[in-house]
Amino acid sequence: MSIICTEENRCLTVHIQGELDHHRARELMTQLDREINCALPRKLELDLSGLTFTDSSGIALLLRTYRNVQELGGTMCVRNTPQQAKKVFWAAGLQHIIPFEGV
Amino acid sequence: MKLDNYTVLEFPSRSANEGFARTVAACFAAQLDPTLEEINDIKTAVSEAVTNAIVHGYPDRIGKISMKLRIKEDRVLEIIIRDWGTGIADVAQARVPMFTTGGEERSGMGFTIMESFMDNLKVRSELGKGTTVTMKRRIACRVCK
Repeated sequence: MSIICTEENRCLTVHIQGELDHHRARELMTQLDREINCALPRKLELDLSGLTFTDSSGIALLLRTYRNVQELGGTMCVRNTPQQAKKVFWAAGLQHIIPFEGV
Repeated sequence: MKLDNYTVLEFPSRSANEGFARTVAACFAAQLDPTLEEINDIKTAVSEAVTNAIVHGYPDRIGKISMKLRIKEDRVLEIIIRDWGTGIADVAQARVPMFTTGGEERSGMGFTIMESFMDNLKVRSELGKGTTVTMKRRIACRVCK
Protein backbone atom coordinates (compact mmCIF):
# COMPACT_ATOMS: atom_id res chain seq x y z
CA MET A 1 0.00 0.00 0.00
CA SER A 2 1.44 3.34 -1.06
CA ILE A 3 0.40 6.71 -2.39
CA ILE A 4 1.96 8.80 -5.11
CA CYS A 5 1.12 12.52 -5.22
CA THR A 6 1.52 15.08 -7.95
CA GLU A 7 0.52 18.71 -7.68
CA GLU A 8 -0.04 21.38 -10.27
CA ASN A 9 -1.78 24.73 -9.78
CA ARG A 10 -3.21 23.59 -6.46
CA CYS A 11 -4.73 20.53 -8.07
CA LEU A 12 -3.49 17.56 -6.08
CA THR A 13 -3.62 14.14 -7.69
CA VAL A 14 -3.21 11.16 -5.40
CA HIS A 15 -2.71 7.64 -6.74
CA ILE A 16 -3.55 4.97 -4.18
CA GLN A 17 -1.87 1.65 -4.83
CA GLY A 18 -2.18 -1.78 -3.28
CA GLU A 19 -4.68 -3.31 -0.85
CA LEU A 20 -6.60 -1.10 1.58
CA ASP A 21 -7.97 -2.57 4.80
CA HIS A 22 -8.13 -1.69 8.50
CA HIS A 23 -4.48 -2.72 8.89
CA ARG A 24 -3.33 -0.05 6.46
CA ALA A 25 -6.09 2.55 6.88
CA ARG A 26 -4.74 4.65 9.73
CA GLU A 27 -1.30 5.11 8.23
CA LEU A 28 -2.80 5.98 4.87
CA MET A 29 -5.15 8.53 6.47
CA THR A 30 -2.22 10.21 8.23
CA GLN A 31 -0.29 10.35 4.96
CA LEU A 32 -3.26 11.75 3.04
CA ASP A 33 -3.97 14.34 5.73
CA ARG A 34 -0.37 15.51 5.55
CA GLU A 35 -0.47 15.83 1.77
CA ILE A 36 -3.76 17.75 1.86
CA ASN A 37 -2.68 20.10 4.63
CA CYS A 38 0.55 20.76 2.79
CA ALA A 39 -0.92 21.34 -0.68
CA LEU A 40 -4.22 22.97 0.43
CA PRO A 41 -5.70 21.86 -2.90
CA ARG A 42 -8.49 23.64 -4.71
CA LYS A 43 -9.13 20.28 -6.29
CA LEU A 44 -8.19 16.81 -5.11
CA GLU A 45 -8.27 13.95 -7.58
CA LEU A 46 -8.09 10.49 -6.09
CA ASP A 47 -6.95 7.99 -8.70
CA LEU A 48 -7.82 4.45 -7.64
CA SER A 49 -6.59 2.60 -10.74
CA GLY A 50 -3.92 0.89 -8.62
CA LEU A 51 -6.25 -0.08 -5.76
CA THR A 52 -6.28 -3.89 -5.89
CA PHE A 53 -8.62 -4.40 -2.92
CA THR A 54 -10.64 -2.41 -0.41
CA ASP A 55 -13.09 -3.21 2.36
CA SER A 56 -15.21 -0.75 4.36
CA SER A 57 -12.00 0.97 5.52
CA GLY A 58 -12.00 2.58 2.07
CA ILE A 59 -15.48 4.03 2.71
CA ALA A 60 -14.25 5.72 5.90
CA LEU A 61 -11.12 6.96 4.14
CA LEU A 62 -13.05 8.51 1.23
CA LEU A 63 -15.66 10.17 3.46
CA ARG A 64 -13.06 11.61 5.75
CA THR A 65 -10.89 12.89 2.92
CA TYR A 66 -13.94 14.41 1.24
CA ARG A 67 -14.84 16.25 4.46
CA ASN A 68 -11.29 17.50 4.93
CA VAL A 69 -11.05 18.88 1.41
CA GLN A 70 -14.45 20.55 1.69
CA GLU A 71 -13.49 22.19 4.98
CA LEU A 72 -10.50 23.70 3.19
CA GLY A 73 -12.82 25.05 0.51
CA GLY A 74 -11.73 22.58 -2.15
CA THR A 75 -13.48 20.01 -4.31
CA MET A 76 -12.75 16.34 -4.72
CA CYS A 77 -13.38 13.67 -7.30
CA VAL A 78 -12.55 9.98 -7.55
CA ARG A 79 -11.26 8.47 -10.80
CA ASN A 80 -10.63 5.01 -12.22
CA THR A 81 -12.47 3.10 -9.50
CA PRO A 82 -11.95 -0.66 -9.95
CA GLN A 83 -15.01 -2.98 -9.99
CA GLN A 84 -14.33 -4.46 -6.55
CA ALA A 85 -13.97 -1.05 -4.90
CA LYS A 86 -17.02 0.25 -6.73
CA LYS A 87 -19.17 -2.54 -5.31
CA VAL A 88 -18.01 -1.72 -1.78
CA PHE A 89 -18.51 2.06 -2.15
CA TRP A 90 -21.90 1.65 -3.83
CA ALA A 91 -23.09 -0.58 -0.97
CA ALA A 92 -22.59 2.48 1.23
CA GLY A 93 -24.18 4.88 -1.28
CA LEU A 94 -20.95 6.90 -1.65
CA GLN A 95 -21.86 7.70 -5.27
CA HIS A 96 -24.61 9.97 -3.91
CA ILE A 97 -22.13 11.95 -1.81
CA ILE A 98 -18.80 12.02 -3.64
CA PRO A 99 -18.36 12.67 -7.39
CA PHE A 100 -17.02 9.57 -9.14
CA GLU A 101 -15.73 10.05 -12.68
CA GLY A 102 -16.01 7.49 -15.45
CA VAL A 103 -18.06 4.82 -13.66
CA MET B 1 -20.29 -34.88 -7.89
CA LYS B 2 -20.60 -34.23 -4.17
CA LEU B 3 -18.09 -31.75 -2.90
CA ASP B 4 -17.28 -31.95 0.76
CA ASN B 5 -14.19 -30.30 2.09
CA TYR B 6 -13.18 -28.04 4.96
CA THR B 7 -10.26 -26.29 6.56
CA VAL B 8 -9.69 -24.44 9.83
CA LEU B 9 -7.37 -21.50 10.39
CA GLU B 10 -6.45 -20.03 13.75
CA PHE B 11 -4.51 -16.82 14.26
CA PRO B 12 -3.93 -14.01 16.80
CA SER B 13 -5.98 -10.81 16.44
CA ARG B 14 -3.22 -8.81 14.78
CA SER B 15 -4.39 -6.56 11.96
CA ALA B 16 -1.65 -7.87 9.68
CA ASN B 17 -3.64 -11.14 9.58
CA GLU B 18 -6.64 -9.50 7.84
CA GLY B 19 -4.97 -9.83 4.46
CA PHE B 20 -3.80 -13.34 5.24
CA ALA B 21 -7.27 -14.55 6.28
CA ARG B 22 -9.06 -13.22 3.19
CA THR B 23 -6.38 -14.69 0.93
CA VAL B 24 -6.80 -18.11 2.59
CA ALA B 25 -10.58 -17.88 2.10
CA ALA B 26 -10.10 -16.98 -1.57
CA CYS B 27 -7.68 -19.89 -2.09
CA PHE B 28 -10.07 -22.35 -0.44
CA ALA B 29 -13.02 -21.06 -2.47
CA ALA B 30 -11.01 -21.52 -5.69
CA GLN B 31 -11.89 -25.24 -5.82
CA LEU B 32 -15.49 -24.21 -6.61
CA ASP B 33 -14.25 -22.41 -9.72
CA PRO B 34 -15.76 -19.04 -8.76
CA THR B 35 -15.76 -15.94 -10.95
CA LEU B 36 -13.44 -13.07 -10.07
CA GLU B 37 -16.45 -11.17 -8.72
CA GLU B 38 -17.43 -14.07 -6.45
CA ILE B 39 -13.85 -14.32 -5.16
CA ASN B 40 -13.79 -10.57 -4.48
CA ASP B 41 -17.13 -10.71 -2.64
CA ILE B 42 -15.82 -13.48 -0.40
CA LYS B 43 -12.55 -11.66 0.28
CA THR B 44 -14.42 -8.46 1.16
CA ALA B 45 -16.85 -10.19 3.53
CA VAL B 46 -14.02 -12.08 5.28
CA SER B 47 -12.05 -8.87 5.64
CA GLU B 48 -15.03 -7.23 7.38
CA ALA B 49 -15.66 -10.14 9.75
CA VAL B 50 -12.00 -10.54 10.72
CA THR B 51 -11.60 -6.77 11.20
CA ASN B 52 -14.65 -6.76 13.51
CA ALA B 53 -13.14 -9.58 15.57
CA ILE B 54 -9.85 -7.69 15.86
CA VAL B 55 -11.28 -4.22 16.55
CA HIS B 56 -14.35 -5.07 18.62
CA GLY B 57 -13.66 -8.60 19.89
CA TYR B 58 -10.28 -7.74 21.33
CA PRO B 59 -10.13 -3.93 21.66
CA ASP B 60 -7.30 -3.93 24.21
CA ARG B 61 -5.56 -7.26 23.88
CA ILE B 62 -4.44 -9.86 21.39
CA GLY B 63 -6.75 -12.87 21.38
CA LYS B 64 -7.56 -15.93 19.32
CA ILE B 65 -9.60 -15.82 16.12
CA SER B 66 -10.63 -18.89 14.17
CA MET B 67 -11.92 -19.17 10.63
CA LYS B 68 -13.61 -22.34 9.44
CA LEU B 69 -14.25 -22.78 5.76
CA ARG B 70 -16.51 -25.55 4.55
CA ILE B 71 -17.95 -26.57 1.24
CA LYS B 72 -21.45 -27.81 1.78
CA GLU B 73 -24.02 -29.37 -0.49
CA ASP B 74 -25.10 -27.55 -3.61
CA ARG B 75 -21.79 -25.68 -3.93
CA VAL B 76 -22.41 -23.58 -0.84
CA LEU B 77 -19.33 -22.12 0.82
CA GLU B 78 -19.78 -21.63 4.55
CA ILE B 79 -17.42 -19.33 6.45
CA ILE B 80 -17.46 -19.23 10.25
CA ILE B 81 -15.35 -16.56 11.94
CA ARG B 82 -15.20 -16.70 15.69
CA ASP B 83 -13.59 -14.76 18.51
CA TRP B 84 -13.62 -15.35 22.26
CA GLY B 85 -13.53 -11.66 23.14
CA THR B 86 -15.82 -8.87 24.34
CA GLY B 87 -19.03 -9.81 22.56
CA ILE B 88 -21.66 -7.47 21.14
CA ALA B 89 -24.26 -6.04 23.56
CA ASP B 90 -26.89 -5.42 20.89
CA VAL B 91 -26.40 -7.38 17.66
CA ALA B 92 -29.41 -5.78 15.91
CA GLN B 93 -27.99 -2.31 16.57
CA ALA B 94 -24.50 -3.38 15.43
CA ARG B 95 -25.99 -4.50 12.10
CA VAL B 96 -27.57 -1.10 11.39
CA PRO B 97 -25.72 0.64 8.51
CA MET B 98 -23.35 3.41 9.64
CA PHE B 99 -23.56 2.37 13.29
CA THR B 100 -20.08 2.03 14.77
CA THR B 101 -18.36 2.11 18.12
CA GLY B 102 -15.02 2.11 16.30
CA GLY B 103 -12.73 5.03 15.62
CA GLU B 104 -12.70 7.51 12.75
CA GLU B 105 -11.13 4.95 10.43
CA ARG B 106 -14.23 2.75 10.73
CA SER B 107 -17.34 3.34 8.64
CA GLY B 108 -19.99 1.24 10.39
CA MET B 109 -20.63 -0.61 7.14
CA GLY B 110 -19.03 -3.96 8.01
CA PHE B 111 -22.18 -6.00 8.62
CA THR B 112 -24.01 -4.27 5.76
CA ILE B 113 -21.28 -5.36 3.37
CA MET B 114 -21.23 -8.91 4.74
CA GLU B 115 -25.02 -9.04 4.27
CA SER B 116 -25.04 -7.70 0.76
CA PHE B 117 -22.00 -9.62 -0.50
CA MET B 118 -23.01 -13.02 0.91
CA ASP B 119 -26.28 -14.96 0.56
CA ASN B 120 -26.76 -15.40 4.27
CA LEU B 121 -25.34 -13.90 7.47
CA LYS B 122 -25.86 -15.05 11.04
CA VAL B 123 -24.35 -13.34 14.07
CA ARG B 124 -24.32 -14.95 17.49
CA SER B 125 -22.77 -13.05 20.35
CA GLU B 126 -22.63 -13.12 24.09
CA LEU B 127 -21.07 -10.44 26.28
CA GLY B 128 -17.78 -11.58 27.70
CA LYS B 129 -17.83 -14.80 25.68
CA GLY B 130 -17.30 -13.72 22.13
CA THR B 131 -18.90 -13.54 18.71
CA THR B 132 -19.50 -16.05 15.94
CA VAL B 133 -20.27 -14.86 12.43
CA THR B 134 -21.56 -17.46 9.96
CA MET B 135 -21.75 -16.52 6.30
CA LYS B 136 -22.88 -18.58 3.33
CA ARG B 137 -22.43 -18.04 -0.35
CA ARG B 138 -23.46 -20.34 -3.15
CA ILE B 139 -20.97 -20.41 -6.01
CA ALA B 140 -22.80 -20.82 -9.31
CA CYS B 141 -21.68 -23.67 -11.51
CA ARG B 142 -20.34 -22.34 -14.78
CA VAL B 143 -19.92 -25.62 -16.67
CA CYS B 144 -22.47 -28.07 -15.28
CA LYS B 145 -26.15 -27.61 -15.96
